[in-house]
Amino acid sequence: MQQDMGGNRLVAVLELTNISKHFGAIQAVNDVSLSIEPGQVVGLMGDNGAGKSTLVKMIAGNFHPSHGTMRMDDKELILNKPAEARQHGIEIVHQDLALCNNLTAAANVYLGRELRRGVGPFRILDYAAMYKRAGQLFAELKSETRPRDLVKQMSGGQRQAVAIARTMLSQAKIVLMDEPTAAISVRQVAEVLNLIRHLRDQGIAVVLISHRMPDVFDVADRVIVMRRGRKVADKAIASSSPEEVTGLITGAIEQVS
Amino acid sequence: MAVTLDQTIAQRQHTFLSRLFSTQTFWVVIAVILACIFLSFATDAFATSKNLYNITRNITFVAIVALGMTFVIITGGIDLSVGSVLCLSSMVLAVTMHAGYSIEIGILASIATALAIGAFNGILTAYLGFPPFVVTLGMLSIARSLAMVASNNTVVFQFGPDHDKLLALGGGAWVFGIANPVLYMILLALITGFILRWTKFGRHIFAIGGNEHAATLTGVPVKQIKVAVYMISALSAGIAGIIQTGWLGAVTTNLGTGMELQVIAATVIGGANLAGGVGTAFGAIVGAALIEVIRNSLGLLGINAFWQGTFIGGAILLAVLFDRIRNFRRSD
Repeated sequence: MQQDMGGNRLVAVLELTNISKHFGAIQAVNDVSLSIEPGQVVGLMGDNGAGKSTLVKMIAGNFHPSHGTMRMDDKELILNKPAEARQHGIEIVHQDLALCNNLTAAANVYLGRELRRGVGPFRILDYAAMYKRAGQLFAELKSETRPRDLVKQMSGGQRQAVAIARTMLSQAKIVLMDEPTAAISVRQVAEVLNLIRHLRDQGIAVVLISHRMPDVFDVADRVIVMRRGRKVADKAIASSSPEEVTGLITGAIEQVS
Repeated sequence: MAVTLDQTIAQRQHTFLSRLFSTQTFWVVIAVILACIFLSFATDAFATSKNLYNITRNITFVAIVALGMTFVIITGGIDLSVGSVLCLSSMVLAVTMHAGYSIEIGILASIATALAIGAFNGILTAYLGFPPFVVTLGMLSIARSLAMVASNNTVVFQFGPDHDKLLALGGGAWVFGIANPVLYMILLALITGFILRWTKFGRHIFAIGGNEHAATLTGVPVKQIKVAVYMISALSAGIAGIIQTGWLGAVTTNLGTGMELQVIAATVIGGANLAGGVGTAFGAIVGAALIEVIRNSLGLLGINAFWQGTFIGGAILLAVLFDRIRNFRRSD
């Protein structure tokens, strides 16, 4: 059972218990337990092949765990496909953002859950409502993205805002972000970190998968480090340091409690 | 802040005019108009009501199939089987009616055949991951062969008890002396335009063409939609086949041979992108119009008909060239 620094039990939005995943003989994730509280930003770090992506894909409904259980709001969570994860309030910002360049920002935000008006089978797309709500979301995110702009003409930061606005459409409880700062300029990184803080301020839990130490130490409350499929650290950012985390990632430090 | 949220939401990237000038369809329309003006002065035969009637009617068959093809091309696919499907649908209609069945049953059988072929193309492409080029190339051969089997490779020109109804359906001019096929084309173009702009299905078609992976991740039913677009393409070929049967009053097994090329040319000239994600109903019609005007003018100007392919091929390359030039400018 997870406890915070003071030893109090917190109500976890997501709790994984002894989760393992193997592909044939390869043990991708090995006996990982963790819990994530609402309004918390958790940095998930580890070298390539450490098991971060596999872990995230199980939470996203892409893979079934081989062993262990997932619980959400104290109910067992069994996901057969990504759409079910979304129904449970788990939203994912994919590394490639999953945006359609030929569509507008608003169309991308609403992709797969377009708003319509009309009666019965005679329902048409409600452009006005989608532009309006998308515009509000961008304003909430303090982004300069405009709903009618085509995504192909946008900067990396604006594209991130579109992908993140998508997660705010429904009442998301937890947002998983896969390397959101990997391919964008320094100025845009600050923009994305601000977007993450906005999500946190609304009580949404954010799992930030990243290679970039400064980003995690800037925005995360807690850091989880994985190495070779195992969780080797899970501690508050305040009580850790980049040097320690680097040591944990490379294996220079075996494990911390 | 000086800019209100409403202003931001209303902000468009381009004014109406700049957007108009940046579309390929607009320039093709200009080309068609200029060609028509030139031909009216250069020849006596062009601007006659008989020739214009012929042109508009000739446009329709390619245009109707091009409307269906537009759906497929927007998803990033291709359908090479349309010419053969048109022939098979015509033949099913002809053989059914020739055997003494009513026109309703004939049309039903013909449409059902087209839809079944579209579903076959779509399922192989979407669920079994066949490249659409290969699936529809195979179907190009299969459908024409089935048409030959169905008719024993004969010409069918007697359509049983409803013979006259069928000829009126395709050959008549029920409203203001406009040829019926033209009316069908306009109606189908309006439906196509509506679906593409105003329905969730239309939006998802563009999404699949823009980024199929993203569409899948966001929960768009990609596979079902792909099957649907190939069915729409085959359906449009079937409808064109029925109308053409009524207009010609006879069906041979070489009906629609090579038509896939003209249809794809019409959609591409009209602004659809073979890479997917771009295309309009109006563009398909305009593209078909330009091809027909080129064809018609060569005849009127006394240029050898063998040059036709060169001019149509040239128009395709020119259309894609303009697209490339616009992209170069954008990337600068």
